[in-house]
Amino acid sequence: MKATFSIWRGDAQGGAFRDYPTEVSEGMVVLDAVHRIQSEQAGDLAVRWNCKAGKCGSCSAEINGLPRLMCMTRLSDLPLENPVTVAPMKAFPLLRDLVTDVSWNFAVKKRIKKFKPRPPDAPDGTWRMAQADIERVQEFRKCIECFLCQDVCHVLREHQLHDKFIGPRFFTYAAALEMHPLDTEDRVEELKEAQGIGFCNITKCCTRVCPEEINITDNAIIPLKERVVDRVYDPLTRLLRILRGS
Amino acid sequence: MPSPGEALTQIGFGRTARRDRWWATPLSTFLVLGSFVVYTTWASLQGDHYAYGNYLSPFYSPLLFGEPPHAWFGPKPGWWPAWLIFSPALFILWAPGGFRLTCYYYRGAYYKAFWADPPSCAVGEPRSSYRGEASLPLILQNAHRYFLYLALPFLVVLAHDVWEGMWFAGPDGRERFGIGVGTLVLAANVVLLGGYALGCHSLRHLVGGALDRLSGAPARKLAYDCVSCLNRRHMGWAWTSLFGVALTDLYVRLCSMGVIHDWRIL
Ligand code: SF4
Ligand code: SF4
Ligand code: FES
Ligand code: FES
Repeated sequence: MKATFSIWRGDAQGGAFRDYPTEVSEGMVVLDAVHRIQSEQAGDLAVRWNCKAGKCGSCSAEINGLPRLMCMTRLSDLPLENPVTVAPMKAFPLLRDLVTDVSWNFAVKKRIKKFKPRPPDAPDGTWRMAQADIERVQEFRKCIECFLCQDVCHVLREHQLHDKFIGPRFFTYAAALEMHPLDTEDRVEELKEAQGIGFCNITKCCTRVCPEEINITDNAIIPLKERVVDRVYDPLTRLLRILRGS
Repeated sequence: MPSPGEALTQIGFGRTARRDRWWATPLSTFLVLGSFVVYTTWASLQGDHYAYGNYLSPFYSPLLFGEPPHAWFGPKPGWWPAWLIFSPALFILWAPGGFRLTCYYYRGAYYKAFWADPPSCAVGEPRSSYRGEASLPLILQNAHRYFLYLALPFLVVLAHDVWEGMWFAGPDGRERFGIGVGTLVLAANVVLLGGYALGCHSLRHLVGGALDRLSGAPARKLAYDCVSCLNRRHMGWAWTSLFGVALTDLYVRLCSMGVIHDWRIL
C-alpha cells in the first residue's frame, strides 16, 4: 500500500512542505515511514530519534497538526487517504527539517530550585518514606522530556511567553520536587512570579498530548496553583500563617 | 491545513494542521453551556412555578422568601422595591453559579469555547495579547475555594429537600411517607451535585493535597483519596450535574404548570 507524507523541509530561513509518496505496510509507525523516505528519497532529511520505543523523547513532531511521538504513532491510526503532514514542533526554534532546538528547556530546568532533603532519618545517612507519600510524585517521574506538552501549550506556542512561563513540563518537574515527602525547599513564590503559573489557563492540552499519560493539569498544575492561592491570594490562610507565626 | 509552500510559522485564528474535528468539543461546550446559562437565567427570573407540593426546584433552594411551606423567612419582604424584579432564586443562585464559573474544569472549557483562548489544542487564536489568570480580571478565579465554602451547605439543603420530597400531604392534611418520580429526580440531582462538588480540586487540596506527607494523618488521607477518586471524573460530574440540576428545575416547573403529572411510586 502507498501513502504520502507531507514533510516540512527547511530551516529557520524558510522552507516548505514536500510530498513523499512511499510504500507502507502493516505495523508501521510514522518514524518507520520517515526512515524509509530518508533512505530512499531524501538522504539529507534531518530527523531526531533514538529508542523507537517511546522512551527517549527524541522523536517529537507534529503529525497532522497534533504534537506526537513519531515512533508511537501507528499508521493504522491515521487516515492515509490524504497526505500525512509531519512538521517540526512550533514552540521551539527550528534547526532543520524536523529537528528543533529544545535547549531552552534545559536552561529552564536549571532555574528550578534543586531537591533539598531533610536531614537523614537513620544514622547510616538514609531516609524512610511511606509508599503512600511518594506515590503522588512517582507519576511525574514518568516524564521522558519529549516536550510535546511544551509544544502544544498555547502560552509558549502561540504567545511565545518563554521568558515568563516555564511550561507544563516544568510545572510537573517542580511538583515532583515540591510535593516530595523529604523535600524542604520552598518553590511557591517563584512558581507564581518568575515561573508564571498564573499564565496557565488550565485548558489541558498538555495532558492531552503527554505520551506518558501524566495528568499534568489535574495532578501537577492545579495542586500547585492551589498552593499559590494558599500563599498569596487566600486571606484566611495568610491570617492563619501569621497566627501560627510561620 | 498547510499546503506545500506555506510558511511553517503562519498562525492566525482557526489556523491549524489538525485534520480531526477539533471544533466539535468547543462547539458542544458553547451550545450546552450557553443553553444552560440561558435556561437558568430565564428560570431564575420567573419567580413562579418553582415548587410543586412538597417538591422544590434546586434553583430556588434554600427558599429564603417565597411560597409556604418551603420559605424560611416568610413571603416576599415588604421592603422589596416595587420597581425591582423579585425572584427568590436571585438571593441564592449567585453562589452555586460562582462555584461553577470559577471551577477549574469549566474554566479550561469555557476559555476555549467562549473566548477561543485557544479555540482548541494547537489551533490558532484570534488575539495576540495574553494575560491568562496572572492578572485582572481572571486572577479573581483564585477565589474558587470561597465559592466551594458557599456551595457545600447547598448540598445539605438540597438533601433536606429530598427528605421533604418524601412527605406528601394526605387528604386529611397529615403528611405521609411516599416516593414519587419527583422524589427520585430530586435525589438524583443531589447525588450528581455531590459527585461534582465533592470532587472539587480546591477541596482535594484542602482535605489533604496541601500536605506532602499524608501517611501520618489517616483521616485526611482517606478524605484525600475519596476526593481524588471523584476528581478523576470531575468533567463527567460537571456535565451530568449541570443537566441534572436544569432537568430537576424543569420537572418541578412542568408539574407545577400542570403540563406533566407527578407519578407516585409509593
Ligand atoms: S493546561 Fe496550562 S500548561 Fe497545559 S497546555 Fe493548557 S495553558 Fe498550557
Ligand atoms: S510531561 Fe509528558 S508531554 Fe511533557 S515532556 Fe514529560 S512526557 Fe513529554
Ligand atoms: S525515538 Fe525515542 S521516543 Fe521516539
Ligand atoms: S474545581 Fe471544579 S468544582 Fe472546584
